[in-house]
Amino acid sequence: MPLAAWFARSQPQAGAPGLRALGVGAEEWRSVMRDVQRASGRLLALWASRDAQSDTVHALVLAGSQGLHITLALREPQASYPGIEDLFPAAARLQRALRDLSGVDAVDPDRRPWLRHACWPQGYRPLIDAPVPPPATAVVDQYEFVRVGGEGVHEIAVGPVHAGTIEPGHFRFSVVGEKVLRLEERLGYTHKGIEQHFARLPILTGHRLAARICGDSTVAYSWAYVQALEAMAAVEVPRRSTWLRALCLELERLANHLGDLGALGNDAGFAFGLSQFSRLKELLLRATQAALGSRYLMDVIVPGGTHCDLADPGAAQLAQCVRMLAAATAQLRTIYDEHEGLRDRFAGAGTVTPDLAARLGLIGLAGRASGQRFDVRVDLPCGPYPDLAPVTCARLEGDVAARVAVRFDEVQESCRLIHEILANLPGGMHRAAMAVPPAGATGIGLIEGWRGPVMLALQAGEAGAIHRCHPHDPSWQNWPVIEHAIIGNIVPDFPLINKSFNLAYSGHDL
Amino acid sequence: MLKTLRQIASIGIVTEAPPAADDSLRVRAALQEKIRTVLGRALCIRHVDAGSCNGCELEIHALNNPIYNLEGLGVRFVASPRHADLLLVTGPVSRHMEAALLSVYAATPDPKLVVALGDCGCTGGVFGENYASRGPVANVIPVDVAVPGCPPAPIRILEGILAAVSPAAGTAAAHARREPQA
Repeated sequence: MPLAAWFARSQPQAGAPGLRALGVGAEEWRSVMRDVQRASGRLLALWASRDAQSDTVHALVLAGSQGLHITLALREPQASYPGIEDLFPAAARLQRALRDLSGVDAVDPDRRPWLRHACWPQGYRPLIDAPVPPPATAVVDQYEFVRVGGEGVHEIAVGPVHAGTIEPGHFRFSVVGEKVLRLEERLGYTHKGIEQHFARLPILTGHRLAARICGDSTVAYSWAYVQALEAMAAVEVPRRSTWLRALCLELERLANHLGDLGALGNDAGFAFGLSQFSRLKELLLRATQAALGSRYLMDVIVPGGTHCDLADPGAAQLAQCVRMLAAATAQLRTIYDEHEGLRDRFAGAGTVTPDLAARLGLIGLAGRASGQRFDVRVDLPCGPYPDLAPVTCARLEGDVAARVAVRFDEVQESCRLIHEILANLPGGMHRAAMAVPPAGATGIGLIEGWRGPVMLALQAGEAGAIHRCHPHDPSWQNWPVIEHAIIGNIVPDFPLINKSFNLAYSGHDL
Repeated sequence: MLKTLRQIASIGIVTEAPPAADDSLRVRAALQEKIRTVLGRALCIRHVDAGSCNGCELEIHALNNPIYNLEGLGVRFVASPRHADLLLVTGPVSRHMEAALLSVYAATPDPKLVVALGDCGCTGGVFGENYASRGPVANVIPVDVAVPGCPPAPIRILEGILAAVSPAAGTAAAHARREPQA
């Protein structure tokens, strides 16, 4: 049936604007998913919760300017549910992770663990069983990588410790000569029990853990957490604080894009780019620290508002810095665009066509570089974004050059938004008193981080505790797409292609 | 090309003076003199993310920007532990990275130094110890210098790295040596 009919059956969902909640039975699970897929919707997140001896499987799907939180209450504890990886390829790893952590099984073919390596036994379900201390010795397990046969095919194994200052993960390349036939990723190395740990925290302090799920997106995660929490507690936050939060989010986007633009130049052999952009990024971080007390804005967003206010001298300095950055980045863009060597490395490398991107559910910045015009700030905007009218920056080519171009465009757009925010910042309080949400309340936060949409689902427990908290990083959608983007490219282009996506490990591994 | 050269000339040299070593960050002093004799002023660092949130990594990147200009001090990051004098370890050590961290430690030639970076590397931070996290770096390998902060600013990281290879000031140095538990 049309998606509208499912929405007609839905209930309001606390949290981000545009979200509804819908409970379905096991026989409806695949039909609603099929209807979402037919309506060009996307699966964002999949997780499970244990509520009074029964398990519930949750999904968040997005279609146009609406989102649906779909719940499937399983009839028996640990019963299996219908798999949906044929409809949404991104579901494959999400279902495996769900089995690793909650013990609830989808009936899809890939039986390999995903987040669980050998470090906790198969029978232990971290989100259901009582906390246990870690085993005494380090264990390494054997993961079944898919083998590629044929004459001259060999494997290159990379990681988990990489050659540069980056997060740990394993890449298994099957190559002939220099050409990559297949890449298989293995992640989960930075899994540190975040979701289990959430359930041991008071709900009013959980934002500190949320801020450390993925350090480069600390603003997006903390905002998603407090957005869910404030809606559950029915606390109206002051307008000034939402504008300050948007300021933080755009500063975070700007800092990460500047860092990536430098690193991408460097990975293509243009060290000049790294020194220029890393200098600009440092100047921005210093102006951010002077204005808001923290270089990366860790813990600036708190339940009820923001930890600190923005004073006039800091704001003026920030405005001046951002004006300088916009001009300097425009200048550097002409240098990048005219550089023969960069053009040669960027154009056509790691291409994901719009059609493939749509089928695989590519999302966020990388999605926009492949024609997937979705941006939470535009499509499901929370305050103050409707007032700021952000522009979606997109390209159709889907190669490294397009992902570089989207970053350049978004730098200019974020600079514009920051000026808008600083010029029109409402007066008043920057923080409201918080209340504890009632037990059983649920909320979902959805924020467009610099990489893409960050979601965080929160369920309140008794007496100010957290019953369940599930964060979702857009990297879940995009990691599998890199396996496709690299096919037919040469091994030395992998660092460049990988950097052009720059996906999270910690945000994914939890 | 002309634009590139003009840009380089117009920015000029932006490197700032480095901070002094912060001796208070040292947790043990046993290897100091030997290491200094071997290294002189050159130091090769291998960074290991043992489960970090990526916050500390961003600040480690910053050390290489022209403002901090780490390489100008004779300190550089290397791609293999076999080339390293010092391991810069971030994160609470995840159970899934424990074996890799032990291998990296074993592959680093003696004498070697270990700097634990960030609140998580120093104490386990907000994550602590659980079924998937071993907590502080010192629970897995011996640590010489611990630099707290979430994330520590580049200048703090620099003070810590310099503390690891500078002569100990007075008696401020030695605390109990932490042995690996596993």
